[in-house]
Amino acid sequence: MDIIGKKYLYFIISLVIIIPGIISLLLFGLKLSIDFTGGSRITLSYPNKVSNQEIKDVKETLNLEKIKTSTVETSNKLVIIRTEPLSQKQHGQLVNGFSKRSKDIKWEQFETIGPTIGKETTENAIKAVILASILIVLYIAWSFRKVPKPASSFRFGVCAIIALIHDILVVVGVFSLLGHFFGVEVDSLFVTALLTVIGFSVHDTIVVFDRIRENLRRLNGISFSKIVNESILQTMSRSLNTSLTVVLVLVALLLFGGESIRWFVVVLLIGIISGTYSSIFNASPLLVVWHYSGLLTKRVKYVY
Amino acid sequence: MKKPQLLFWFIIAITIFSIIIVLPKINNINFQFFLKPLIGERGISFRKGLDLEGGTSITLLANMSNILKDKQSAALESAKTVIERRVNIFGVSEPVIQTANVKDEYRIIVEIPGVTDVNQAISLIGTTAKLEFRDVSSASPSALITYESTKPTGLTGADLESAEASFDQNTGQPVVLFSVNSNSQDKFFETTEKLKGKQMAICLDQQCFSAPTVQQAIRDNGQITGGFTTAQAKELATQLNAGALPVPLSVLEQKTIGPTLGSESLAKSLIAGFLGFITIVVFMSVLYGRLGVLASLALLLYTLFVLAIFKISTLTPYGITLTLSGIAGFILSIGMAVDANILIFERMKEEKRQGKRREVVVELGFSRAWTSIRDSNVSTLITSLILYQFGSGMIRGFALVLAIGVLVSMFSAIVVTRTFLRMVYR
Repeated sequence: MDIIGKKYLYFIISLVIIIPGIISLLLFGLKLSIDFTGGSRITLSYPNKVSNQEIKDVKETLNLEKIKTSTVETSNKLVIIRTEPLSQKQHGQLVNGFSKRSKDIKWEQFETIGPTIGKETTENAIKAVILASILIVLYIAWSFRKVPKPASSFRFGVCAIIALIHDILVVVGVFSLLGHFFGVEVDSLFVTALLTVIGFSVHDTIVVFDRIRENLRRLNGISFSKIVNESILQTMSRSLNTSLTVVLVLVALLLFGGESIRWFVVVLLIGIISGTYSSIFNASPLLVVWHYSGLLTKRVKYVY
Repeated sequence: MKKPQLLFWFIIAITIFSIIIVLPKINNINFQFFLKPLIGERGISFRKGLDLEGGTSITLLANMSNILKDKQSAALESAKTVIERRVNIFGVSEPVIQTANVKDEYRIIVEIPGVTDVNQAISLIGTTAKLEFRDVSSASPSALITYESTKPTGLTGADLESAEASFDQNTGQPVVLFSVNSNSQDKFFETTEKLKGKQMAICLDQQCFSAPTVQQAIRDNGQITGGFTTAQAKELATQLNAGALPVPLSVLEQKTIGPTLGSESLAKSLIAGFLGFITIVVFMSVLYGRLGVLASLALLLYTLFVLAIFKISTLTPYGITLTLSGIAGFILSIGMAVDANILIFERMKEEKRQGKRREVVVELGFSRAWTSIRDSNVSTLITSLILYQFGSGMIRGFALVLAIGVLVSMFSAIVVTRTFLRMVYR
């Protein structure tokens, strides 16, 4: 199998997946939860499946108390309400308001997040992603420092990060589309999942790179692109087996893990599939592209 | 070759230890009886987060505008102490109260498991109730003592360390004992010296509820006698304990999770985790045959070790709280533990294909796979370290579990699986 030979095809496949997401991201952005924007989220539970009349009642109660409400959603026996940040007084009034309608309504969950905390979460998430990426590049550059010339350890680090950015873009793009068309929100669990994907993506890429490093040392006189291709093939069954195991576990979580971690698992699923793809079809081929473009410019300089 | 037998028995020993730690109480038989001298009667259990147990979490912002810069952290700490006392009134088992310093803001995070009436909780912990000791000398002796008829002495609830209801040793009357905190002892002594033989009113939020007579000057410990019933003495002690908050607090964030939602999430995650585990065992056994069965065994031990660490950690100040995201981190780390095994086995297959001897294949498989296991796990550790540093609450829990999981998974792959293989291939 010649993966390096078809590298541009694989790059195009990646772009086809990423570009719609980026367009959606630019047009619609992400649907941010109150974790980022600040606000209140109330989850009410009913004894039976929520009827349309009950939703109407909920909306009426909110209107009576003059509470700015952004969404009211239902999921079987639950009603999820998102509003402006509620004060203690407003909360008390609302509790009374709902209990007047029916005694069977239970407050399952109630969260209020001030705007400062929301801003802080966003800032910290961005900082964490950037800092983790930088440290990983540095670690790879250090760990691969003995790679024989003309390959450079720095390039290994950068290519791993490009693969990582690929995976972030795939996940964030998909969630931008999901947010716009299906109202899926991005919350702090999403950030956790994204960071896990980053960890996994680099993990995957390093395994392939490790083999390239080993083969570079062992096999002298074979072209760089051949060595890379050989290394990808040698690690392919490991990559697929590992990803398949993790995917199977995630599918179990998705089917039986309950509502609260559903989207978290979806992020991991998309991210891990993308991570496996990018470590095989993007990171290493990029290394080859960079290697030869580097040699070309050097030769040009040499001629002049 | 090192002695695999020795390592093997070592693994068996920590396995047995972990099983004893992880086992819950069955028919009232406590399996951790031998730890009693260390931990007392309370036993050990997993610490569950609010999302699994239900409860209330409140983040409060301390308004420091009226407090000098160098006194701010001290004020925050004493506010924390006051809140701790107030939360203890709820009588819940394990409230968590932490302070945090974010940029220029001082915060207090309060987590009360089991309590879901957030308004009650906020009223109780957030009110800036002001407790004062006041001079009654100017009031006419016969008249009812009111806040207006008394004068401030400068002593407040902030000067008290603690208070408790007790009984007088001589008379058997219910009394309230209190101790003065070390910074205020001089002040307390001077004031009570002046008021000796006179009444001193105790007022909470401008309501005077008791006016005991000062019998002697008080420096560190005092006793309030005054014909209380036992219930009254208890109530007064509670109020003295609750004391006054040294800084005004406002609510930044609050979360309440109902107990049903919590236990449902826990049950579902456990089932999912179990099914995920079975999937891995089947998958590995199909792919790698005997090796896969060995790896599954190593994985079972891995799970056991991590659970034991979770449980033991609750005895230390760095107890790990199990949350939904923590469970997710745990499951992910299982994935990484499996990966280490797959890396090794794939490598062994390759070496075998080149016609090497069996023992050599085992050793080469491990040594050649080690660099990629190391590098990939170190990068995961870097990520979890950064997450721990920047994340709050939930993300931190995830990062901590992931980091522990990765470390134990390296141990499991390199030590446990290898020792098993060496024993089998010997």
